[in-house]
Amino acid sequence: MSTVSAEIEQARVQTPAVERATLRRLLRLRWGVLAAVVLLLIVASAVFAPWIAPHDPLAVNIRHRLAPPAWIEGGALANVLGTDQVGRDLLSRMIYGGRVSLVVGITAVLMAASIGVLLGLTAGYFGRNTDWVIMTLVNVMLTFPFVLLALAVIAVLGPSLKNMILVLGVAGWPIYARVVRAETLALREREFVLAGRALGMSHLRLMFLQIAPNLTSVIVVIATLQVAQVIIAESFLSFLGLGIQPPTPAWGNMLGEGRVYMLNSWWIATFPGLAIFVTTLVINLMGNALRDWLDPHLKL
Amino acid sequence: MRRYLVRQLIQLVVVVLGISLLAFGILHVLGDPVLLLLPQNAGKDEFERYRHLLGLDRPLYVQYWKFVSRAVIGDFGKSWYADTPAFKLVLERMPPTIYLTFSGLAVALLIALPLGTLAALKRHSWVDSLCTMLAVAGQAAPLFWLGIMMIIIFAVRLRALPASGYGTWQHFLMPAFCLGAALAPITMRLVRSGVIEIMNMEFIKTARAKGLGEPMVVVKHALRNACIPVITVIGLQFGQLLGGAVITETVFAWPGVATLTVESIRNQDFPVVQCAVILLALLIVSVNLVIDLIVGLIDPRIHTA
Repeated sequence: MSTVSAEIEQARVQTPAVERATLRRLLRLRWGVLAAVVLLLIVASAVFAPWIAPHDPLAVNIRHRLAPPAWIEGGALANVLGTDQVGRDLLSRMIYGGRVSLVVGITAVLMAASIGVLLGLTAGYFGRNTDWVIMTLVNVMLTFPFVLLALAVIAVLGPSLKNMILVLGVAGWPIYARVVRAETLALREREFVLAGRALGMSHLRLMFLQIAPNLTSVIVVIATLQVAQVIIAESFLSFLGLGIQPPTPAWGNMLGEGRVYMLNSWWIATFPGLAIFVTTLVINLMGNALRDWLDPHLKL
Repeated sequence: MRRYLVRQLIQLVVVVLGISLLAFGILHVLGDPVLLLLPQNAGKDEFERYRHLLGLDRPLYVQYWKFVSRAVIGDFGKSWYADTPAFKLVLERMPPTIYLTFSGLAVALLIALPLGTLAALKRHSWVDSLCTMLAVAGQAAPLFWLGIMMIIIFAVRLRALPASGYGTWQHFLMPAFCLGAALAPITMRLVRSGVIEIMNMEFIKTARAKGLGEPMVVVKHALRNACIPVITVIGLQFGQLLGGAVITETVFAWPGVATLTVESIRNQDFPVVQCAVILLALLIVSVNLVIDLIVGLIDPRIHTA
């Protein structure tokens, strides 16, 4: 026993710098795994909301309105995180609110990724004028503050879940297009693509079956990180009253409603915001870990 | 350098045209201005009359041309709500937005430069880890929530600062810090990686070999070179910074362009929305150009290559 531990001790002393770097990477991966577990819990609570939530998120109870969290004087265990301005249970609303954020986050990102990958592949593969047109479009979109674009479109289309997903999906593609284009430019000169071309493969086959599979890890990393950004954007729109409409609970509109009562009832605005914060934090941590794991050289 | 400038200017024109197309298209292609202007129970002939009056029965390209040729001389039409030219309304609200944006930028740099440098010099130490943790947390915190938390703590609880409004330097503190905190994480990471890269370069060894003190080496030789990627990214991030200013303004009721835009959207006042969107985009594009030129002046290698 003692010799083994002595050997370990010795090995630890002699660990070269390179191995320490690997160790750091593993450590960061562990953070990523921890983040993934927390995210899984959040997703599960959103999916199984009807079974988990202690109360009906829409049940109004005027006599218990603005009740503080349980640990503060005047709070009750029945409403652990307190109640809002019409006496709805804050915890239950938060659990249900996760549904909106996650659905919007995932669908909008899928949409953005599909558009962006398609345009990026086309720009990088064909080059020349196609490239110029698509990249100019990318530059226009990237110049424009995302928030303003979303605001303007929602103003015309009217606020609804569908419109919000549409706006966030359409506004989010340029980053994929830019990264995918740059990678495609490099890949299309590689031997395996040249070989494919020599074998007479069609453009479509070269683009989607030869080049695209090499881009999977980049796309997965960007998409993961973007889910967090979309959740924040969705919350902001709902916060302004331009997203999910009350009484449907969403973290953003809860925060917006809570803002009116922040003078006396800080919890209404605080907890939904905390939910957004924790969700985006774990998604970012997971995204960073994924990047380290799949593609350590990726600079994002 | 001149060829580079010309190319940048052409790109600027294309981007501005693209944005005007976007601003025009959002209203005229996605929506129907007459539907938004008239009450729902208006008769069909009423709609037609208005459509003709506003020139909306003409082909889209004719309308777009009219829109652009007027916009160039600052004529975005009258506000549908306030009966004043939209351009004037937006221009009046521009200074607060610009002040907020730049004070936010200043706060971000005040946080990011020292922390990023420290993290780079003490790489893999607890300082570095702490900075990374702060950056990760900072990137995840929604700006509008951060703002509200600050209002609850500093205005409601401590009564130390005004919760919202505009005027004195106290009004600047929370919005500027809020916006700065949002931009600081990415800037800090860039400063860190920039300084790390440069500290390994030959000229740093030379400076040390000459017998210069470490503070001198860091400040005069390393930081100056690390500034280039930071300035470039600030240029690229300027749009996001302005987007952050939009969010900050709505939280703190800051009387800038963003609050005006949100109000106008609520009132369906589209001339004002279009004008605000185009002017903000113009601001972003010109800041990008200026930053490009500054980078060229600091490091001539970039544009001559």
